[in-house]
Amino acid sequence: MTDQHPEAQVVLRLDNITKRFGKLTANDAISFDLRQGEVIALLGENGAGKTTLMNILFGHYTPDEGFVEVFGQRLPAGNPRAALAAGVGMVHQHFTLADNMTVLENIVLGTRSLWRPGFGRAQARQRIVSLMEDYGLRVDPDAQVGSLSVGERQRVEILKALYREARVLILDEPTAVLTPQETDDLFATMRKAVALGLSVIFISHKLHEVMAISSRVVVLRHGKLVAEAKTAETDRAAMAQMMVGSEVAAPVVRRADPGEALVTLAGVSTPDIGSAPGLKNVDLELRAGQITGLAGVSGNGQTALADLIGGLLRSASGTFHVKGNAPRGWSPHAAISAGIARIPEDRHKTGTIADFDLTENAVLELYSRPGFSRHGWMNWRAARDFAAKIIKGYDVRCPGPETRIRLLSGGNMQKLILGRVLETAPSVVLANQPVRGLDIGALTYVHEQLLAARDRGAAVLLISEDLDEVTALSDVIHVISEGRLSPPFARGALTPAELGVWMAGDGFEEAPHAA
Amino acid sequence: MDIFDILLQASFWTAAIRIASPLIFAALGELICERAGVLNLGIEGIMVVGAFAGWLTVYLGGGLWFGVGVAMLSGMAFGLVHGVLTVPFGLSQHVVGLGITLLATSLTYYCYRLALPEVTSPPKIDAFQPLEIPLLSDIPVLGPALFNQTPLTYLAFVLVVAVTLVLYRTPLGLALRAAGENPAAVEAQGLSVSAIRIGAVMVGSGFMAVGGAFLTMSAFNSFFFEMVNGRGWICIALVVFGSWKPGKTLLGAVLFAAFDALQIRVQQTPLGADIPYQIFLMAPYILSILALVVMSRRAQVPAALMVPFNKGER
Repeated sequence: MTDQHPEAQVVLRLDNITKRFGKLTANDAISFDLRQGEVIALLGENGAGKTTLMNILFGHYTPDEGFVEVFGQRLPAGNPRAALAAGVGMVHQHFTLADNMTVLENIVLGTRSLWRPGFGRAQARQRIVSLMEDYGLRVDPDAQVGSLSVGERQRVEILKALYREARVLILDEPTAVLTPQETDDLFATMRKAVALGLSVIFISHKLHEVMAISSRVVVLRHGKLVAEAKTAETDRAAMAQMMVGSEVAAPVVRRADPGEALVTLAGVSTPDIGSAPGLKNVDLELRAGQITGLAGVSGNGQTALADLIGGLLRSASGTFHVKGNAPRGWSPHAAISAGIARIPEDRHKTGTIADFDLTENAVLELYSRPGFSRHGWMNWRAARDFAAKIIKGYDVRCPGPETRIRLLSGGNMQKLILGRVLETAPSVVLANQPVRGLDIGALTYVHEQLLAARDRGAAVLLISEDLDEVTALSDVIHVISEGRLSPPFARGALTPAELGVWMAGDGFEEAPHAA
Repeated sequence: MDIFDILLQASFWTAAIRIASPLIFAALGELICERAGVLNLGIEGIMVVGAFAGWLTVYLGGGLWFGVGVAMLSGMAFGLVHGVLTVPFGLSQHVVGLGITLLATSLTYYCYRLALPEVTSPPKIDAFQPLEIPLLSDIPVLGPALFNQTPLTYLAFVLVVAVTLVLYRTPLGLALRAAGENPAAVEAQGLSVSAIRIGAVMVGSGFMAVGGAFLTMSAFNSFFFEMVNGRGWICIALVVFGSWKPGKTLLGAVLFAAFDALQIRVQQTPLGADIPYQIFLMAPYILSILALVVMSRRAQVPAALMVPFNKGER
């Protein structure tokens, strides 16, 4: 798609949108226009503010400042119905469909007054069928939604928007759940929509897709609009760099003194799980006294690697050694016993139990160790002392060990996890997105602690989407893309732009599909 | 006389349909609640309320249909309490439902004592009489069974058709079912999940109360304690048996009632003399459980049944 009509009518205008959540500014004075027949790709990392912005646009949130204009009309803030009526259709990442109802019923829901006697099934079917033909969205209108594939469900969501005569389509990471074939179909639909005069905002962080479909790119970072460019006038490496930024707040790093390899992967592959790629023939060594950084856009196999080392996943092929042994019956328990400690990617979902107190959360992984339990009975006094020690040693701001962890801020929650991980003096630290969503103070603290663990002789694997973080902390960097792992690069061997090329998937020898 | 002779008797089928009628009302009411996503365990108590309210209205001189209306409204009042507690407040549907059953039952017995302090044997009312439909009631066996019933039985069958039409053919039914499947989808279209769910619980509870009123106004013609006797709980099973579909639920109610009518008759045959009567009393329940096991395999539970909906939570 090229932008052939720069003078085309502005259909949607975001003016100076600002949204704050407490101290965090999720959107900071963002303005841009969407013109008719245009596809704008909204790029940014997790937490860059993309979803917040789209929720404001669709009326789920009220902005603190600024406004949204559709076809020259200012939208009342915080009113999804007004956005719908103005012709803004949104396809959320998580579908809002009823599984036990048919496609037709899902599409028609809410479009007619509840007190009308019938819902005009025949008429509705006719319109849906003609929409399907116009936009190339094939689904059986009488199928139960529960029996459809994810791609088909997405088509139903798009049909829902089109049925409500949307003129602007917002697609929130639509390809995250799709197979490559389904992605091609979606792009065909988007091209037809644009040809029929619609305009599209497409949220993604898959750069080759952005190149393929968008006419313009808008990049958000830390809530700010940092770049805006015509797709034709930029390239993947430049986009990758715009996304992750290059301003560095480097902690003071002492020289590393690498020791033996504690975890070794040779030619390891794991199966793809849904749309999440598995590892493809990966070689990796985690050495004692060294931070190994893993750079890459999220969803490229980081989860598979972290799960494999953490014991949640087993390799399908290749050799996997921990401290020189090929572990049998690899499990989280085995991993913990082998001295591998994890900072999980999602501290709310897998790191903590929200309604347990700090003591209980502190011993979640350790409760069966001697000292914390004996003959099957918990020693709560020891657990409480352990929690108190973490609270003191890691500066966890909280009323006390009996506080429910739900009440803590993200940073303090992460400090508790960090303490729980480091207090056991692990030989391997698996830090997956350890500073995501943290403010600068907590972030610096976590970084210092990871460096301290390294200096103590631990092997640290740092997984992050933030290229600055990876380059600042890591002694050795690998780049992961679509499950493939680059060779190790020493600190400073590559510029961020060169790393961006690897992150975009170029540079791999056996690239499965040339983009 | 063996079982096959019994099955060919018109009087057997007439009894079965009569026994099924209150179950049809109440199960239909439960079905409406559950389709909107709310399990209504207040059913047993609401049936007691309906039985009493309808009966008392007629006993005090009200008309029969007026009595049915009063029963319906009393059920809706308890439905409103249930709906408000479980939907906007999001309290446990189990606890609220059982609480409503206990409250409604005790309150009814209390009111009965207040209304009739001196009475030892429950007084009778002039209840609904069978209304023979000409021509149709002349069909052998089926005729008297289906077309020589009281008007309330006819109403039950009409309601099954009406509820089916509303559920599957109107925007209201669509919104109601969607509220029970994925309330977020309803909210995303700018409709109020709370209003839909509370409305469904109120109407459903009204139907349950009419089911109870059937007992006093169309079957026993008087009110006494323990008369609902677990019928509400049976209805909850019938909804599952019917896979949350009105027609299949009606079928389940008739099947259960037929077992019940059959066991009474078999007790009086020579076969019945050798077997303890408790076995016969158990039979319909055991057969229901077996039928439930077979039928509920393929049942499609409303996905959001018993899941409170909190606006804005993702």
